[in-house]
Amino acid sequence: MSGAEPQATPLLSIRGLRVDFATDAGSVPAVRGVDLDIGISETVALVGESGCGKSVTAMSVMRLLTGRISAGSIRFGNTELQSLSEPEMRRIRGAQIGMVFQEPMTSLNPVLTIGKQIEEVLTLHQRLTSSAARAHAVELLKRVGIPSAERRASQYPHELSGGMKQRVMIAMAISCRPKLLIADEPTTALDVTIQAQIMDLLGSLQQELGMAVLLITHDLGVVAHFAERVAVMYAGKIVEQGAVRDIFKRAAHPYTRALLAALPDPLRTAARLEAIPGRVPLPRMLPAGCAFCARCKHVFEPCPGVLPELFPIAPGHSAACFLHDPRRAPSNVPCQ
Amino acid sequence: MWRFVLRTVLQRLLLLLLISIISHLVIHLAPGQPSEVDPMNPMMKAVDIARIRASFHLDDPFYLQYLHWMRDLVFGDLKSFRDGLPVLPKIWDRFLNSAPLFLLTTLIVWTASFPTGIHAALRRGSLYDRSTTLVAYTLISVPGFFLSYLLILFVVRTFHLPVIGQHTFGTEHAPLIVRFMDRIWHLAIPSIMAALTGIAVLSRYVRAQMLEVIDQDYVRTARAKGLDEDHVVYGHALRNALLPFVTMFGFLLPGLISGSVIFEQIFAWPGLGLLGYEAILARDFPMILTLNFMAAALTLFGILLSDILYAVVDPRIRLE
Ligand SMILES: Nc1ncnc2c1ncn2[C@@H]1O[C@H](COP(=O)(O)OP(=O)(O)O)[C@@H](O)[C@H]1O
Ligand SMILES: [Mg+2]
Repeated sequence: MSGAEPQATPLLSIRGLRVDFATDAGSVPAVRGVDLDIGISETVALVGESGCGKSVTAMSVMRLLTGRISAGSIRFGNTELQSLSEPEMRRIRGAQIGMVFQEPMTSLNPVLTIGKQIEEVLTLHQRLTSSAARAHAVELLKRVGIPSAERRASQYPHELSGGMKQRVMIAMAISCRPKLLIADEPTTALDVTIQAQIMDLLGSLQQELGMAVLLITHDLGVVAHFAERVAVMYAGKIVEQGAVRDIFKRAAHPYTRALLAALPDPLRTAARLEAIPGRVPLPRMLPAGCAFCARCKHVFEPCPGVLPELFPIAPGHSAACFLHDPRRAPSNVPCQ
Repeated sequence: MWRFVLRTVLQRLLLLLLISIISHLVIHLAPGQPSEVDPMNPMMKAVDIARIRASFHLDDPFYLQYLHWMRDLVFGDLKSFRDGLPVLPKIWDRFLNSAPLFLLTTLIVWTASFPTGIHAALRRGSLYDRSTTLVAYTLISVPGFFLSYLLILFVVRTFHLPVIGQHTFGTEHAPLIVRFMDRIWHLAIPSIMAALTGIAVLSRYVRAQMLEVIDQDYVRTARAKGLDEDHVVYGHALRNALLPFVTMFGFLLPGLISGSVIFEQIFAWPGLGLLGYEAILARDFPMILTLNFMAAALTLFGILLSDILYAVVDPRIRLE
């Protein structure tokens, strides 16, 4: 595992990704130029408030969007995913890139047994016979911590709890030993106690299979124990990225700092959480410059009009904020 | 499961009894008596009417009339008021006429609606979707009898085939193949006409159901597995979209009795619907009540069938 620095040839490399949705109210820019690298076996967290474009970014990688990718490239290994034909892309989905979704309650087909739903992936990508697929599915269910797996395999989703369903989704996603697992808010819909178990499971599977994980979450708290690198997203753009310790110890973007301040700290007993004032601007009503400027304490003259690029802070750590622009930053603004 | 079936059957039998009593009450409350069918007939004298009333037990107390009817139904010697002929064989004869029409119509409706509705849903907003929508609403709004007359005119002029009745008059001694083709023609046209509105309504329903299912999370999961679009649509989405139609299947059964009065009338098809209609005009109480009883029985049986089928196809449903 490589630490803060992205590897020389990343497993997944997203460059300049833009996604627009055509709606009745006009075109909605959901993702506005995202760059993101994930190395082999690396765990990267993509963090941001609800609606900032995390899921759309993930679905772009899977090419399962209802919207249109209007610009950018998505390379997986040496392949440009957007240039693949649909049958070629299907050989990647579920086999090389697995995906776990936010809603375990509705993500499994209610009229098929969970065994059947796992076997389906195995017979499709690994050409297993149905009895071999069944045996393997039971193994997978055991691996993700489902007790009496043989019996469970012939049950239907409604007979399982939410946490169990998410384990089934994980078993399905890792069944073909993918190189990349995308987990889109895998614990958001679950109870707090179950959340920790699911994160532990994902961590141990990541170690065991050596797969890269893109963990999408709106909860920075989850990130600290799990990811090596963090990318913070705001209104369709990545505003800061760096190694976990950089983000937690030396957060550079005012938005990241605000997110950290909003985190409950178990050591501070008089927990006073700072909510971020204001709301995320609608994708249709973004300012020309930094999208966070309406909520930011440090706004100065370039912010509303000019779009900040990612300015380097330290090796592997960068933030899209003019406070870190050596040419513009006012000297009196504290960095932390 | 078996306990459920037993309990429901008993409940439904009780309900059926109740329905038969209520339909007796209703029919006796309705204006008009069997003895007044032909009041203008100068041959009808007061004595005749009294004789008729006596032989039909029309002046007996209500509960006695009901019990008579029940007894005659059970022992199979219920007689029509109209011609004194036994009711059950008459119904059976008409049933044999109605059944092919009903089966063919149902078959056409279901086999045409599903592909149409599914394709419209998968290509939402496309030319195909919009044109099938237009055709469907046209068919729903234009009365079936109007279209039927147009079609009869068309078939008679183009193919010189009179498509009224069950076969062409005078072909009784024609070669088998001629009689067979003649029969097919006579069956096909009313079936298609009776099916059109059904197709229009059901295909809309299938489309709505499919649209509802295609955006579900588990369909996205199926795509994320790398399944091709056919597997996603037919293996995952359709299976769920079909669930409500299983229930509808049971509700079709009573249609066998009521038939389609309009189409049987237009095409002079001697089916059960027409039999019931004629019985009402003639105030033929035994016939009306028996047909009504059978329709109720079929409805209740259809609901039971739906419940069982639903539990078979949807693992979330348990019959308790
Ligand atoms: N199918 C869609 N049609 C129109 N807008 C969409 C669609 N999907 C997502 N969006 C918009 O894209 C933005 C990002 O959504 P999403 O990626 O789901 O957010 P999140 O970060 O919570 O996962 C939101 O503003 C949302 O309104
Ligand atoms: Mg999301």
